[in-house]
Amino acid sequence: MSKLRLAEMDYSVLQQCMHCGMCLPSCPTYNTTGLERNSPRGRIALMRSIADGELELKEAFAEEMNYCLGCLACTSACPAGVEYASLFEASRADIEENRILDTSERRFWRWITIRTLFLHPRLLRLTGRALWIYQNLGLEKLVRASGILKLLPKKLRELEPLAPRIRESFTHELVAESESPPEKPRYRVALLTGCVQDLILSELNRDTADVLLVNGCEVLTLPNQACCGSLHSHNGEEELAKQLARKNIDSYDLENVDAIISNAGGCGSHLKRYAHLLSNDSEYANKAKTWDSKVKDIHEWLCEIGFCPPGPLPVAKQVTYHPSCHLNHGQGVRQQPVEILKAIPNLTLVPLTDADTCCGSAGIYNLTQPEQAGQLQSQKASHIRDTRSDIVATANPGCHLQIQNAVFPKIEVRHPISLLAEAYRNCAISD
Amino acid sequence: MVAPIPQALESLLSPEQILSSAEDLIVYGYDGTAGLKQRPLAVVFPESAEDVSKVLRLAAERDIPVTTRGSGTGLSGGSIPSENGIVLCLQRMNKILEFDTANLTILVEPGVVTETINQAVSKEGLLYPPDPGSMKISTIGGNVANNSGGLRGLKYGVTRDYVMGMQAVLPNGETIWLGNKCVKDVAGYNLKDLFIGSEGTLGVITQILLKLVPRPVARRTMLALFDSMEDAAAAVSKIIAAKIIPCTLEFVDRFTLQCVEDFAQAGLPTDCEAVLLIETDGHPAQVEEEAEQIQNILAQSNARETKTAKNEEEANQLATARRSAFAALARIRPTTILEDVTVPRDKLAEMIRFVQKTAEKHDLKIASFGHFGDGNLHPTILADERDADEMKRVHQALEDLFEKTLELGGTITGEHGVGLAKKAHLHDQYQDYSYTLLKQIKKTLDPQNLLNPGKTFDV
Repeated sequence: MSKLRLAEMDYSVLQQCMHCGMCLPSCPTYNTTGLERNSPRGRIALMRSIADGELELKEAFAEEMNYCLGCLACTSACPAGVEYASLFEASRADIEENRILDTSERRFWRWITIRTLFLHPRLLRLTGRALWIYQNLGLEKLVRASGILKLLPKKLRELEPLAPRIRESFTHELVAESESPPEKPRYRVALLTGCVQDLILSELNRDTADVLLVNGCEVLTLPNQACCGSLHSHNGEEELAKQLARKNIDSYDLENVDAIISNAGGCGSHLKRYAHLLSNDSEYANKAKTWDSKVKDIHEWLCEIGFCPPGPLPVAKQVTYHPSCHLNHGQGVRQQPVEILKAIPNLTLVPLTDADTCCGSAGIYNLTQPEQAGQLQSQKASHIRDTRSDIVATANPGCHLQIQNAVFPKIEVRHPISLLAEAYRNCAISD
Repeated sequence: MVAPIPQALESLLSPEQILSSAEDLIVYGYDGTAGLKQRPLAVVFPESAEDVSKVLRLAAERDIPVTTRGSGTGLSGGSIPSENGIVLCLQRMNKILEFDTANLTILVEPGVVTETINQAVSKEGLLYPPDPGSMKISTIGGNVANNSGGLRGLKYGVTRDYVMGMQAVLPNGETIWLGNKCVKDVAGYNLKDLFIGSEGTLGVITQILLKLVPRPVARRTMLALFDSMEDAAAAVSKIIAAKIIPCTLEFVDRFTLQCVEDFAQAGLPTDCEAVLLIETDGHPAQVEEEAEQIQNILAQSNARETKTAKNEEEANQLATARRSAFAALARIRPTTILEDVTVPRDKLAEMIRFVQKTAEKHDLKIASFGHFGDGNLHPTILADERDADEMKRVHQALEDLFEKTLELGGTITGEHGVGLAKKAHLHDQYQDYSYTLLKQIKKTLDPQNLLNPGKTFDV
């Protein structure tokens, strides 16, 4: 067994948990089973036992850490400020490095996704393009009718209908590398476009750029952006995550931008932690600190600079808001999206019951733990339906798809920034 | 050959009621108390008093210690298992059995979460007043076993004041009922009181009959800043002397305030010695009148500044400093030791000053906050358990605090319980024959010393 991260990391991070139990009611898996091992403090106790050499790193722990959503609701509930994200990532890295759950099927999937597609943005877009052709040129209908899908392995067969609708144009076709507002820019910002988002919600990146332009920001959008590495970090691939972080940092002249804007809760949460990831990298540690200080969630940035009040939407809408876990618990960006939605005059915001609970998407959790993910998804959908809203707003592609699969077409899923962009545009037309 | 315990339990309960893997045992080895842990032999989840009785009979037959547990949020190590013992986790006994709006009572199983009770009764305009800090997750069984307090203690009392009856299983497996729905009942000894606060050492409580009160409809929240702790204490005395019993009368000291400001930015000046949070509740007219009287008293008591909330949002804002006190302190150092020494109300200012002197004497960081109205103080020591020298000083400081508390006529624990954490000091408080009496009662009910042995005192 290689040296364990859990044993080598700063022990005070583990020690900070005083097992008071305040995290228990916030944890979706604990609420499902009522078992202490499925709770945040239980998981931390297991990690500490492994670090102390009192428990062997075995399958039971690996399965426990896979059952954890990594939603970080416990982080918001914790009075002692335990850095669960670091503990979670260290645990998953130990599990991967020691091949605790190694099977050839698992290795194959991880190779395709984590090591191939999400390391090579061009390849990911090419795959996206192929999927678009499949979905749009009648092939999908043909394939589904032919029954050929039955020949696919079970897992792939189950995934096929879940595959998101790929957009016809990706971000680089919608947003120019540099765009300037009509008047003299107040700020200069870089826009991060996301990997999955670029394929399935590329128009959101256009909307984000538009909103930034309205608010006096010059927007730089690099055409061939690297993945933020959050997928890698959460799934125990620390080295790849570091590689991507360095690549991202190197892509920008940090001194020359006021902010680096992310509009995906999950990516943003990871992007703000590069300094932690690269803390032992003498060349990058300082650059990463500067990077972290410049990364802003779009809602956070707009509230910070003070955004122009929008006009009404073309049609009045009732909207509820589902906070993405990594925006809410991970980044602590809670009030800003609400402020933005409330600013739209003919938008009625309806509170959502258990809004702070995960929708079950949690990165690739809906693929790895379909049962628990499905349960959380139906709970979330039922609360959303109870609000009788036309639209549910959320700011993360994972949540977007997960919720869309449960409530569409009765209820539309939108990003708060898309609604704001629509309101701005509507106002510009009526002016 | 006799079957090992996990297997023997399988003949009594269904497999999903028993845990025995290392991963499961580790996580039932602690409660909410820092620095204490002990891996048990097995964890069982009874679903009825019969299940409890079966387990206790097996334990008696095999001479195995049993520790009862709810959500494991206790702050004195009361539910830390014994070595080679069974953990009896009552979380799955979580039904509300009867809600009686004519007699204003509710009958519940011990695993019901305290806040769930309040949610259930508030629909009928009623209130279960005890509100320990962990009420969102703590179970009512644990609250009764520890006689938990909370923020509303001054006006509404503590858990004991609301328990009208209970079902309990004794160490010999017999199930008994104590108390009833009658307000007046003088038949025999008041045995239920023996079980309240007994920390799981005398029996296992399997049903609880609770008293409810009408939910107050109005509330007013005020905040006052003081340049000296004595002025704050004098203000509190004057409020009580004016025959006003606020539902909340909380304070934080200067050090706590500084930490809160770093953490939550409540917008309070960090150079004042004491902040009082005062709330009055009840009928709207009475609340209005009391709030005005309190404001007058505060103004005459050298309060540097007072604030009154105009609405719920402002009330929450004013309460931030007190509510986030623990969270703000707990993140400063790796080890947070939360104490709950309690003195008569008129001695509280003296005690707080003593805590500050003790911190200086032993070169420690100690913050104080707590319930000014009922004399319940939470000196919170911020340390690092890996630093042996510092921990030695922590223990010396605790000795000093306990000694002073008793000297002032107080108690070593106001609401957390004795458990393991304060066991060494119980004898100092029970100096006469009463200490022997405690042991005699334990021996009578639990002759084999199997229920939570070694907690509170050694037999």
